[in-house]
Amino acid sequence: MQETAWQVSLVLMLMITFGVVFVAINSGKREEEYGPLVKRAYSFRTKLFWVVALVFFPAMIYNLMGLPYSPKAVASSGPAQVINVTGHMWYWEMDRDQVEPNQPVDIRVTSADVNHGFGIYDPDLRLIAQAQAMPGYTNVIHITFPKEGTYRVLCMEYCGVAHHNMMTEIKVGKS
Amino acid sequence: MATYTYTPVPDQGAKAGVLAYLVISCVVLLLMMLFGLLMRMEQAQMISIGALWFYKIMTLHGAGMVGIVALAGAAVMWHFLRQYVDLSTGIFMANLILFLTGVVMILASVLLGDFHAAWTFLFPLPSTSMGMWSPGAAALFMGGLLVIGVGFVLLHLDIARAIISRYGGLGRGLGWPQLFGPDDGNAPPPAVVASTMVTIVNLIGLVVGASILVMMLINVYVPTFEIDPLLAKGMIYFFGHVFINAVIYMAVIAVYEILPRYTQRPWKSNKVFLASWTASTIMVMFIFPHHLLMDYAYPKWFLIMGHIIGYLNTFPILIVTGYGAMMIVYRSGIRWDMCSRLLFVSLFGWAVGAMPAFIDGTITVNYVMHNTLWVPGHFHTYLLLGMVAMVFGFMYYLGKPNENAPDSALDVAAFWGFVIGTMGFTMSFLYSGKISAARRYAEHLPEWVPYDKIASYFAMLLIASVLVFIFRFLTRLGLASRDYQRASLARSMAT
Repeated sequence: MQETAWQVSLVLMLMITFGVVFVAINSGKREEEYGPLVKRAYSFRTKLFWVVALVFFPAMIYNLMGLPYSPKAVASSGPAQVINVTGHMWYWEMDRDQVEPNQPVDIRVTSADVNHGFGIYDPDLRLIAQAQAMPGYTNVIHITFPKEGTYRVLCMEYCGVAHHNMMTEIKVGKS
Repeated sequence: MATYTYTPVPDQGAKAGVLAYLVISCVVLLLMMLFGLLMRMEQAQMISIGALWFYKIMTLHGAGMVGIVALAGAAVMWHFLRQYVDLSTGIFMANLILFLTGVVMILASVLLGDFHAAWTFLFPLPSTSMGMWSPGAAALFMGGLLVIGVGFVLLHLDIARAIISRYGGLGRGLGWPQLFGPDDGNAPPPAVVASTMVTIVNLIGLVVGASILVMMLINVYVPTFEIDPLLAKGMIYFFGHVFINAVIYMAVIAVYEILPRYTQRPWKSNKVFLASWTASTIMVMFIFPHHLLMDYAYPKWFLIMGHIIGYLNTFPILIVTGYGAMMIVYRSGIRWDMCSRLLFVSLFGWAVGAMPAFIDGTITVNYVMHNTLWVPGHFHTYLLLGMVAMVFGFMYYLGKPNENAPDSALDVAAFWGFVIGTMGFTMSFLYSGKISAARRYAEHLPEWVPYDKIASYFAMLLIASVLVFIFRFLTRLGLASRDYQRASLARSMAT
């Protein structure tokens, strides 16, 4: 997902860059009559509007699929493994730290004091899921760990002087 | 009907109050940039200031930057708006005095009281310090924000009064008669439309912000006065998002007002322009749930609304304001100087920064990129290369000795240093976000450090360039208050 976000951003940023450079290059020689130029520019803008709309609207709708707020259908059977997590200044309290791969896991996240963020990093240090740990509320991360290994948990919401040290681990598979 | 003939407008010098705003903006902006550099260098392991100082500086950097860009944006807006409506200089100066009072309170809270709960003051962190700061320090910080907010409420009330008195209502300030009826060509100028929009959203945002600040101030001393953390977060981000977004909408007035003087082409408040500003008025107020996407406790429709508006919000920026600037410059014969360069590049910065921003507002992306360095990556792009470039463009406009005055090689080098420094700095942020580097970390994991080093070098280049901009403005302060032709007029085909 991060790779896609990066590449899409780069493409869009480059397209804007080309447009701006094109205008800058073509800014030197003056076309005295602005009216006809405006007409042409408005006509092009209408086309541009529809191109952007036809790309953005389907992308906006498509990206509403697979939201993290409810469990995804998975091929495996059996009830979800549950980890209850409570964030404290500045450590994570978890009632288990080992789960099986390829089976759904529900991580129930809350906090005992201030806001924290429960971020799960895969063994390659890539963020794969997160939820806010907020006092008085429980947010549930529905996840299926695809591969065995040690997943790191980092705090994703600033919570004070030891925020960056608030780390723990989840072991997926045989420990 | 709109015509495309440009009616020349005289260039007015700035009032003493506007210059006071800008000089203070220069000083604080530079200081906050240096704080930002210190943070990146600490993460890059180039210096060692320790976690406590890192988070204290982070708190100052966040609060200071939000405050100072608002002050600079207000200076741009007030300078041009007063050419159309009758504004109170007394209120304008009262805002500055309240701002400085708030700044002193915040500085004391952080530097003397060790407060370091970040500028977002997310409840209940300010009142839950684990002994790291006192209730008094928390109260001083939040009180400082409140005092600054009161100043801006006064300023916006005065602007609202002036617009209502001149145009007959805020709806008329947004050009609704021309938007929803026949366009008689008498819609208010872009500066008035933008000021009306900013005034509406900021008044609502500031009242919400002040409400949660007062609630939290009570909670600091009376813990039994309980606040729902989810409600508090929603209110804080509503206020924060509206307020920081509004600064760009204030500063863009410089582009609307100055680029037409350079190109001798009008920037008209036509139907598309008015529709886009009315749409922005609504969207800026309803986009804030994109900060809350990882709070699953919010209703799903509310979070999806943030996702959808994130996409829609790019349209006015790209298709109307960004495109409008391109249209006015294309084959205009514009003469490039520091002012026109900075104003032109500011639209590029705004548009280009909006791309990673709306992508981050996509829920499935946010799930793996929220609170990574991707977030400061996008907002530094549109604030630095967008909003701050607009302000420096305005400063160069005010200080230009005459319409034909050439720029020195140093200034031109500083312009490119600013562009390259900002893009290098922000792309390092974005790349760090791509590799999942967490935001607001005093110490980075070894895998993240190389990109922190790259970012630090680009930040140094950026700050060196800004030093030139500031030096040039301060040495030309005497010119800035005078009325004379500044804008270099576009070349004619005949010349």
